[in-house]
Amino acid sequence: MIRVVIPHHLRTLAGVSQEVEIYIDGLVTQGAILDALESKYPMLRGTIRDQITKERRPFIRFFACGEDMSLESPDIPLPSAVVIGAEPFRIVGAMAGG
Amino acid sequence: MSGVRVLVGTHKGAFILTSDERRKDWQVSGPHFAGWEVYHMHGSPVDPNRLYASQSSGWFGQIIQRSNDGGQTWEPVGNKFAYDGVPGTHLWYDGTQHPWEFKRVWRLEPSLTDPDTVYAGVEDAALFRSTDGGQNWQELPGLREAKGHLWQPGAGGMCLHTIIQDPSNAQRIYVAISAAGAFRTDNGGQTWLPINQGLNSGEIPDTGAEVGHCVHNIAMHPSRPNVLFMQKHWDVMRSDNSGDSWNEVSGNLPSDFGFPIAVHAHEPNTIYVVPIKSDSEHFPPDGKLRVYRSRTGGNEWEALTNGLPQSDCYVNILRSAFAVDTLDSCGIYFGTTGGQVYASSDSGGSWMPIVSNLPAVLSVEVQTLP
Repeated sequence: MIRVVIPHHLRTLAGVSQEVEIYIDGLVTQGAILDALESKYPMLRGTIRDQITKERRPFIRFFACGEDMSLESPDIPLPSAVVIGAEPFRIVGAMAGG
Repeated sequence: MSGVRVLVGTHKGAFILTSDERRKDWQVSGPHFAGWEVYHMHGSPVDPNRLYASQSSGWFGQIIQRSNDGGQTWEPVGNKFAYDGVPGTHLWYDGTQHPWEFKRVWRLEPSLTDPDTVYAGVEDAALFRSTDGGQNWQELPGLREAKGHLWQPGAGGMCLHTIIQDPSNAQRIYVAISAAGAFRTDNGGQTWLPINQGLNSGEIPDTGAEVGHCVHNIAMHPSRPNVLFMQKHWDVMRSDNSGDSWNEVSGNLPSDFGFPIAVHAHEPNTIYVVPIKSDSEHFPPDGKLRVYRSRTGGNEWEALTNGLPQSDCYVNILRSAFAVDTLDSCGIYFGTTGGQVYASSDSGGSWMPIVSNLPAVLSVEVQTLP
């Protein structure tokens, strides 16, 4: 089980609270997490990454175990603490605007 | 008992205001989609309980919401707006070419005959259509072939903000784009014609160019679909030949800059605008919020002020934030960037605020309910 923290606006859109839980068979990567998240919550498609290019939206950042993963390849394996659910994968809206 | 439902999109969510036909006592529902920008909400003319809403965010992009119960409950539907083929480029502020990039949906226009068919006007400017209740969207690419490489963004972006379907001719649709101008299709959206002859825009190098004009809004009365009224960046215009040519009807307005324009529900020659001081000072002249009405289809205008603030008022009324109902005594509604929604149940003779402290109002639509 993988824990994912999503921003407030997306929690209200998906109708969930706090963390969401997803399951991944195989390598746990950013891309795999987003695939699983969008499969479980289709209304999130396009809100975190572009639906066509799959590029991260400009004001979205990814964190794992305190590390900024935003600029990392979506295909690299994530830390084991995220894989076993000890730490959440955090999807954060950039601090900008009012 | 009949009534009205006013759909208000704001900078931080949507609100639904309802009243009976007296339009004196109002119930407020919302915020829906709290924290999101709601550029537009609109109901189906053939199924008033079918509503569509454009919900967007600079962080999280575009969402389309659909309701089947008049806005009590909503469900997200399709939000994949992919331009047809290679998107190409358009004119940028600095005169260079710039790639077409989808940003948001400004306008949702349900079909006059089918609640599952709805048009979306988007930024960067293009027209999309869904025929399955908003689940899937396809561009009508012929529009951007109407000299799209010469279109340019206005201050608010390069947005397709106005969509008008001709009730007498299902093949004819009008759209307006800032800053490209007005366009018409006579074959259901396959090909489009710029309809800007007679527009004169001092803000562009060729003041009478075929495209490039900053058209702010167009209105039509359904009983007279060949007559169009336009509020341009500057100038209020009128066409009596389906947009083939335009004549200025600004007349005695204190300023002919503004955003919305609307037609009375029962008087096709009675039109409304809200003059704004200038393109840089987006507030009413002299701090007086005045709706102007012409009963002569333009040129001769009267100020409507009863119930509106007549001092120290510096709000703006955006292009989609003005609407009319179709009750016997025509109701007029508009929302302000100060968060007020004003209503008149007597064609503009007197006004009262329905709500006074919403977030900045982006759009107002009204449904007349049986």
